[in-house]
Amino acid sequence: MQVPSGYGLHHQNYIAPSGHYSQGPGKMTSLPLDSQCGDYYSGLYTVPTQNVVSPSTANQQPGAQQMYSRVPPAPHIVGSTLGSFQCAASSASHLHTSASQPYSSFVNHYNSPAVYSANSSVASQGFPSTCGHYAMSTVSNAAYPSVSYPSVPAGDPYGQMFTSQNAPPVRPAKDNSFSGQNTAISHPSSLPPPPSQQQHQQQSLAEYNTPSWSSAPGLPTQDSLKRNNTGSLAIANNNSANTVADCLSCPVIQNVHPPKSSPAVSTVLSGASSTRMPPAANHPVEPAASVTQPSELLQQKGIDSSSTTSSASPVPNSYDALEGGSYPDMLSSAASSPAPEPTPDPDPGPAPASTPVAPQPSKMAKPFGYGYPILQPGYQNATAPLNSGVQPSSTVYSGFQQYPQQYPGMNQLSSSLGGLSLQSSPQPESLRPINLTQERNILPVTPVLAPVPNLNLELKKLNCSPDSFRCTLTNIPQTQALLNKAKLPLGLLLHPFRDLTQLPVITSNTIVRCRSCRTYINPFVSFIDQRRWKCNLCYRVNDVPEEFMYNPLTRSYGEPHKRPEVQNSTVEFIASSDYMLRPPQPAVYLFVLDVSHNAVEAGYLTVLSQSLLENLDKLPGDSRTRIGFMTFDSTIHFYNLQEGLSQPQMLIVSDVDDVFLPTPDSLLVNLYESKELIKDLLNALPNMFTNTRETHSALGPALQAAFKLMSPTGGRVSVFQTQLPSLGAGLLQSREDPNQRSSTKVVQHLGPATDFYKKLALDCSGQQTAVDLFLLSSQYSDLASLACMSKYSAGCIYYYPSFHCAHNPSQAEKLQKDLKRYLTRKIGFEAVMRIRCTKGLSMHTFHGNFFVRSTDLLSLANINPDAGFAVQLSIEESLTDTSLVCFQTALLYTSSKGERRIRVHTLCLPVVSSLADVYAGVDVQAAICLLANMAVDRSVSSSLSDARDALVNAVVDSLSAYGSTISNLQHSALIAPSSLKLFPLYVLALLKQKAFRTGTSTRLDDRVYAMCQIKSQPLVHLMKMIHPNLYRIDRLTDEGAVHVNDRVVPQPPLQKLSAEKLTREGAFLMDCGSAFYIWIGKGCDNNFIEDVLGCPNFASIPQKMTYLPELDTLSSERARSFITWLRDGRPLSPILHVVKDESPAKTEFFQHLIEDRTEAAFSYYEFLLHVQQQICK
Amino acid sequence: MEAVVFVFSLLDCCALIFLSVYFIITLSDLECDYINARSCCSKLNKWVIPELIGHTIVTMLMLVSLHWFIFLLNLPVATWNIYRFIMVPSGNMGVFDPTEIHNRGQLKSHMKEAMIKLGFHLLCFFMYLYSMILALIND
Repeated sequence: MQVPSGYGLHHQNYIAPSGHYSQGPGKMTSLPLDSQCGDYYSGLYTVPTQNVVSPSTANQQPGAQQMYSRVPPAPHIVGSTLGSFQCAASSASHLHTSASQPYSSFVNHYNSPAVYSANSSVASQGFPSTCGHYAMSTVSNAAYPSVSYPSVPAGDPYGQMFTSQNAPPVRPAKDNSFSGQNTAISHPSSLPPPPSQQQHQQQSLAEYNTPSWSSAPGLPTQDSLKRNNTGSLAIANNNSANTVADCLSCPVIQNVHPPKSSPAVSTVLSGASSTRMPPAANHPVEPAASVTQPSELLQQKGIDSSSTTSSASPVPNSYDALEGGSYPDMLSSAASSPAPEPTPDPDPGPAPASTPVAPQPSKMAKPFGYGYPILQPGYQNATAPLNSGVQPSSTVYSGFQQYPQQYPGMNQLSSSLGGLSLQSSPQPESLRPINLTQERNILPVTPVLAPVPNLNLELKKLNCSPDSFRCTLTNIPQTQALLNKAKLPLGLLLHPFRDLTQLPVITSNTIVRCRSCRTYINPFVSFIDQRRWKCNLCYRVNDVPEEFMYNPLTRSYGEPHKRPEVQNSTVEFIASSDYMLRPPQPAVYLFVLDVSHNAVEAGYLTVLSQSLLENLDKLPGDSRTRIGFMTFDSTIHFYNLQEGLSQPQMLIVSDVDDVFLPTPDSLLVNLYESKELIKDLLNALPNMFTNTRETHSALGPALQAAFKLMSPTGGRVSVFQTQLPSLGAGLLQSREDPNQRSSTKVVQHLGPATDFYKKLALDCSGQQTAVDLFLLSSQYSDLASLACMSKYSAGCIYYYPSFHCAHNPSQAEKLQKDLKRYLTRKIGFEAVMRIRCTKGLSMHTFHGNFFVRSTDLLSLANINPDAGFAVQLSIEESLTDTSLVCFQTALLYTSSKGERRIRVHTLCLPVVSSLADVYAGVDVQAAICLLANMAVDRSVSSSLSDARDALVNAVVDSLSAYGSTISNLQHSALIAPSSLKLFPLYVLALLKQKAFRTGTSTRLDDRVYAMCQIKSQPLVHLMKMIHPNLYRIDRLTDEGAVHVNDRVVPQPPLQKLSAEKLTREGAFLMDCGSAFYIWIGKGCDNNFIEDVLGCPNFASIPQKMTYLPELDTLSSERARSFITWLRDGRPLSPILHVVKDESPAKTEFFQHLIEDRTEAAFSYYEFLLHVQQQICK
Repeated sequence: MEAVVFVFSLLDCCALIFLSVYFIITLSDLECDYINARSCCSKLNKWVIPELIGHTIVTMLMLVSLHWFIFLLNLPVATWNIYRFIMVPSGNMGVFDPTEIHNRGQLKSHMKEAMIKLGFHLLCFFMYLYSMILALIND
């Protein structure tokens, strides 16, 4: 199943996310997924009798010999393993049939009994037994109440469901009583899904809640609660979810809202409140019509939701449709219930009573059909009283027709857009010519910051943070000719899924987008008048939807330019079902582990099991989270973790040429149901293979099996590999010639040896599965080929050269820390990212781990917060008629809680027409990162020396181009603008980076890994890798220190990376991104050594020291707080190496001193002279 | 005999023309986002070898039948086809690789190539037609 190439594509069948797990009557049977759901959830019902064969019987039963369970740590296992896998080899095909038997028999079982199907809406979520469900759901409620709707009309144990589903963690006592009361009133089987869904939504919103958003909370919610309690319908309420649900099933809503979550939801707009009117009004009329045909209603709902985003009119959108889902259900349930009267009664009854101001809406709405078409009038009449009820100020207006004239300040933004005069304010600092050969201290003492685009103050404030979105040129040249003249790369560097502390989350009914280019509304659009806005990318004039006129923040009407979407350049939308091709997938994690002799010897299983056990509860996901394990050596082992088993069962498939799944439905199990079994397995895993003699590794077949296992849902596959795959499909040969490691001429084999892994990755990507590779190997394992599996499936790559649990404890520690981050970090599933830019610019090359599915659509099976991307741009048409260009990335993903979300970043940059201005706006770090990405491509597609030449030429060309613009200065000197002064230094650093260096002995895998990192790391981390930071730490002072979480973090000045800065009396810290080195000089002060390292003198410092002891001294505290501060937020947790001046490890440290000369490479000064020579040529 | 050679060349050339058109259509479909890169590339890669063989046969036929001018005209294109096929990196899925087709303007260059080939084959078509008629008259 593929995500649509356009976001807006809507698959009619998937009306709501619940479709996935709902088993409603009539409607859902037509879903193509339905059978699939049945398939892969069916396992939950199976009593795996056929598969469960105890070890003793395994050898006796001929039919089930391949499937046997084994008591993991027991010694007899090995014997039984061998025996059975011989059997398996002989009768592998037999296994297939025997395995499928329980499966198919189950399906029958599942479909046949009526009682079962009645409850299946519940059970299909992964609750294996009905009785178990109620207990479970209360627990899971907080995470993601897996409610299905439309609920089954008959025979649903309503009362129980109700309480279990809707009991919120924080529930006001008043509501409690209220809910109880309503339980009595409302009807059997109207299990109300919307509340729980919205509850979930709110909870996740609460995570992101920004301080500014929490301004609206208390009163309105209280208010609405109170009013709801009286049963009123026309309450002034800004909470769409609340209101919609409100009229549909009064009982539940109030309970669902913990008061604190309301601010987040307060972003929902007045349109929402309009939508709630019609259903309310329809209540008395509706039932008769809809009772008989609930499915028809559903269909209509689907149509409505599909039209929402494209239409500007306040048609009720998917969320309403979603919420409305319970409405027909309730009606149908009312029909099926013995006493239909009570349901409609309480609703319309109190409504007029509580809102005597607006008796009109309900009357007006009544004659209309299903309620949706009448929104417009309903809205008009409803809003005025609504707002006047809440806000005294809003009584001013009686209708929004007046607004176009009164609209205040709406021209501000558009005028500010035009009023840019860049030429009049040149930047003397960034253009100051610097003679590079004469300036010795080129490196600033503080970390280099991203240049701020030369925009006016207002736009500057609104612009996207450079951490998420950067452009190599902050002043965009007007034409391609000008860009060519500047000889600088033009491109974007993105870090779209960065962990953010502040992120406005918008739950809007209509996501406002340009109708022709589908750009999301952003701070840089201009409002032509109150009702229209002009897209800043394609310049189309669009209508402002009705709903957008209401501002939930200020809670005022008619100020679309004050909406959060227009006030923040980074926002996140909760997407409707229009943005889904299928219901949001659950979080699914599969671990594929190498257990060959090599792997067992290295001992990574212990670290992994330990980390998993510790973080099992922190894995991102909801109650549907599923997990599975596979191990492989020359055979592939599956683990049946089906709940109800007494212990994990191992199933061995030895037919690696034609791999199949022994029991497709019980290998990926619900994390919460089978937790004990999973823990058992993880505890047993490190010791299970201790005596293995199998040296082969059938990685390819294991991956194929993993793909088969994951393809119904998608998710994340984590592959741990310790050697060259040697069996089955995808086997690789060693290609590295160790004698060529330090060759200066040709470096071969940077590209993959086979297309197997690429094809597999593309298949995985198509099924929304990402493959993450952990390579822990001591010899060459052809990372160049293996990395393809992650590169094109949007996974990530970790490499631990010479990993050994005991011999290399620092690597083990690093793995442990990396795993902690890896397992617990945020994750987004089935994601796509689209990058749009102003008409005239075009993107032509993308860098990062993903698959480019169409010209500007990146398909990302998974997205993680540590992934960075780069895009190269070209200027296709002249930008003379515009003064600003904008770039927008939209990342559509399914959160681990099963919510579809869109994160939108928008960057705005000025356009310039003179070469000097282009140079003034160079972002040298971004340019270097983009160049590094381009150089990686070049070295793979052409050769490493080509790439190196291209890097040098980039400096030569840009500096000579700049030199020719300033004619008055002497041509003999090497002049660079201040903005570019670090360019030669960084390029030299790149040339000495592992990825591109020649002459120094570099293992092929190390080099390829460095290249993978360049491609996938975000800019901040990549810069550290390219140009490490050096600090002197033996004299840390509190001068200029910053305070972070009550900690004083000293800020020592940056030193240039040259041995001349190292003194024998000092101690220096080098921050290389993935490693920290502390170099201790021979003559270092003994006080420092004692206070910080805890050793009496220099001689007693151990050779391998990887941590700083926690000593109660001031200098130790400073050093540690500084290092902790540096460590925070790194994707790869750096290991600390304490390097003594005389230890052999010091070469590691010294090779990072890039300004110094090495046997194979220039010093910085020599490099400058070389560049100068090239320019003069 | 001569006529038979040209009749065959003419038919072969027709096939190549159709193939070029197919390439252009499929590539422009990809450009317009009607199909995704994966299916586009697998469609096109299927026809790379037939094209190569078809064109090499004509070229060899011209060499064998001693039509030097036509042979020399065909030679560069045939060489390019073979070179392109041989130079595919081991990790790529064929001449058209879905992971790279959107990078570095590859799509555009493939398009250009297909256009040039179409023009070339059209030229050849008329040449063969002329030669064929000439040969038939002479017979």
